[in-house]
Amino acid sequence: MERRLLSGNEALARGAWEGGVRVAFGYPGTPSTEILENLSKYGDVYCEWSPNEKVALEAAAGASIGGARSLVTMKLVGLNVAADPLMTLSYIGVVGGMVIVVADDPGQSSSQTEQDTRHYARLAKVPVLEPASAVECLEFVKRGFELSEEHGCPVILRTTTCVSHSRFLCSLGGRGIAKDANFERNPTRFCPLPIWGRKLRRDVEDRMVRQSLASDTSPLNKEYVRGTGLGIVTASVCGLHCLDVFPEASVLKLGWSWPFPDQLLKDFASRMDRVVVIEEGDPILEEHVKSLGIPCVGKEVVPRCGELTPMVLRGVKARLEGREPEVVAPVADAADLPGRPPMLCAGCPHRGIFYGLTKYDVVVTGDIGCYSLGVFPPLSRTDVLLCMGGGFTLAHGLSQAGEKRPVVGIVGDSTFFHSGITGLLNMVYNRGKAVLIVVDNRTTAMTGHQEHPGTGRTLMGEATSEASIEAIAAACGVKRIKVVNPYDLAAVDQVLKEALGADEMTLVISRAPCVLKERRLLGEKPVVDESKCKRCKACLKLGCPALELKDSAGCPSVNPALCVGCGMCVQTCKFGAL
Amino acid sequence: MSTNVMLCGVGGQGILFAAKVMACAAELSGYEVTTNELHGMAQRGGSVTAQVRFGSKVHSPLFGEGDADVLCALEPVEGLRCAHWLRPGGHAAISLQRLIPVTVSTGRASYPSDLEDRLLRSFSSPKLLDCAGMASKLGDMRLANTVMVGALSSWLGLPMSSWRGAFERIVKSGLVEKNIAAFLAGQEA
Ligand SMILES: Cc1ncc(C[n+]2csc(CCOP(=O)(O)OP(=O)(O)O)c2C)c(N)n1
Ligand code: SF4
Ligand code: SF4
Repeated sequence: MERRLLSGNEALARGAWEGGVRVAFGYPGTPSTEILENLSKYGDVYCEWSPNEKVALEAAAGASIGGARSLVTMKLVGLNVAADPLMTLSYIGVVGGMVIVVADDPGQSSSQTEQDTRHYARLAKVPVLEPASAVECLEFVKRGFELSEEHGCPVILRTTTCVSHSRFLCSLGGRGIAKDANFERNPTRFCPLPIWGRKLRRDVEDRMVRQSLASDTSPLNKEYVRGTGLGIVTASVCGLHCLDVFPEASVLKLGWSWPFPDQLLKDFASRMDRVVVIEEGDPILEEHVKSLGIPCVGKEVVPRCGELTPMVLRGVKARLEGREPEVVAPVADAADLPGRPPMLCAGCPHRGIFYGLTKYDVVVTGDIGCYSLGVFPPLSRTDVLLCMGGGFTLAHGLSQAGEKRPVVGIVGDSTFFHSGITGLLNMVYNRGKAVLIVVDNRTTAMTGHQEHPGTGRTLMGEATSEASIEAIAAACGVKRIKVVNPYDLAAVDQVLKEALGADEMTLVISRAPCVLKERRLLGEKPVVDESKCKRCKACLKLGCPALELKDSAGCPSVNPALCVGCGMCVQTCKFGAL
Repeated sequence: MSTNVMLCGVGGQGILFAAKVMACAAELSGYEVTTNELHGMAQRGGSVTAQVRFGSKVHSPLFGEGDADVLCALEPVEGLRCAHWLRPGGHAAISLQRLIPVTVSTGRASYPSDLEDRLLRSFSSPKLLDCAGMASKLGDMRLANTVMVGALSSWLGLPMSSWRGAFERIVKSGLVEKNIAAFLAGQEA
């Protein structure tokens, strides 16, 4: 059989394809994005980027209620957006298998929260599968479709950043048969009006009992028997770290971790002298093991926050053995190294707007996207970040509450389509006064440049209609709409000055494509003329990574390897040195 | 037992490509292999690390601080930042091409001027080389990461046929020989 080194995300795409998936929906979000990007390349699975996760989950529900196998992908916070349909879908259930992949991010390498998706699985009362490796991703997604059909409900497959981004050698199979939808009417099941909903509610409880029994004997749960002293109950990739860090311990690694396999847990524990539960995130498994009357150790030695890396688990081991955890600290010569935070690329179009805002005393409510990086010095022009769409709505609430300074709300183009439109509509409807800005770089840049409803292309690469932000805003009733080229700093300043002075709301659309996506020169790369440079450092206020100051008393210089010739720095120099 | 390799650098330098080549060469040599990439916002110029593990059996895709048998850094400051990942007695190869972070350009931090002294204190007999310079001599700056792979190849014990096979599988056919030339240049450095 052919083997290939696949990341967890590539393996999920492969497994869905081998598992006969018919349709797939999602919204980008690290670390889940590459699943649909890969699946769309197979060519024979309908894949789409939906504008947000709620839309994606609902669309998949439609397909699976009709009997087709569907996949949905999102990052952890996406499930907050999609939670509403999930709760009811659990009651009415599905006919064709439906797997909802949710990528958690313990350690918050690219997320605003560290929420544990298992809570949602319990709240919605749907099973959760937790693959530990790409090999298991491929196997579990296939099994997920089968389980979903056997139990008539959607299944959550939870990965983590480590699982999604680690590569393993995977054995490959062929394409599974993908059935088309063929909807059969059954209103007592599919319409949860209260008269029928109460029965559906009881059915869900019965289903969970059946699932717990099925999990007891499921091959998705794996036991590594190595001794009877210490027994570790764990799940996901943590289980693999434990095999390395605790070479003498037996490990019960749950792959179908909820509803809990009670008998399996009791059985395993009865053969061990001592049980420890090691899980990333909240003590969900631990509290259940305790509720079964099994004495165990858990969060008193296992951290709740952050990723449980091998190093952290060595600390757990030390604590279990009553030792102080060893610390392997950075070398002494690393103590004062300069940080390397992520930043807006050289020539990024967002820079023009944030630089423009540095001239005004305003409160800026920002949003999630590359432009979140506008929070860092030297721009420092974002004061609050909440969630996608929050850039507009926070601005509205703050200004309606009497904030004395002008309030500016910013969202990106993908974010505008995700959940910015309702906030805009609300502000027009309720006569809000804040200044709203869409930083439209013609792509979903932060997550690696995905298409969205405004780009005129689908995930499958087809040409489609291009939603117009101006037309949507006008239809919502916005009267003042200004489109500006962010590279023209004088024009940006003019537009901001007018908008901040106006007594009605303004929507500013800053429009220029992402330079990292375009990968082309915008103009001539400037060089610093040292005879004219007065060392005033005005250009450095742009925070362009291509402008380097190697010696703090000297002249800045332009790094031609990074510069894309956007010309902004040239406009900031009063002495013509650039 | 597995061989653990730690790679570090700055987004855009090609760390992930280097990891891929190594993993493929290990696979072609008959080993089990895993890789892991930590690239939160790599494209925007942040620090990036990757881990490669190979051996007859590999459980976890991650190893801990102090567990790397081999460490390579495509940027010297990043090498120092990750120095504690190397086990005592492990081998290190560090490219001396400096990439100035914006924290330095904007005067909020300074870039160390005594880098080589620091590297010599923090690693025992590191291989210091100018991968970018060597790559541009070969006519293509982008081969710097391949030069680095060559530089550490002698510590991995994989046969040349596997390295060649890895390049043939991963890079476009027109670029295989260029990559092998860069690999060999790194190996000799
Ligand atoms: C609910 C939710 N879904 C997905 C994400 C992941 N995410 C963060 S930023 C972003 C893209 C934003 O794109 P855009 O608004 O166009 O800004 P750009 O990155 O292009 O500047 C996405 C999808 C998230 N943070 N929250
Ligand atoms: S990827 Fe595009 S939008 Fe993001 S920082 Fe770079 S240029 Fe700006
Ligand atoms: S022109 Fe100036 S601001 Fe634009 S990318 Fe080059 S150095 Fe940066």
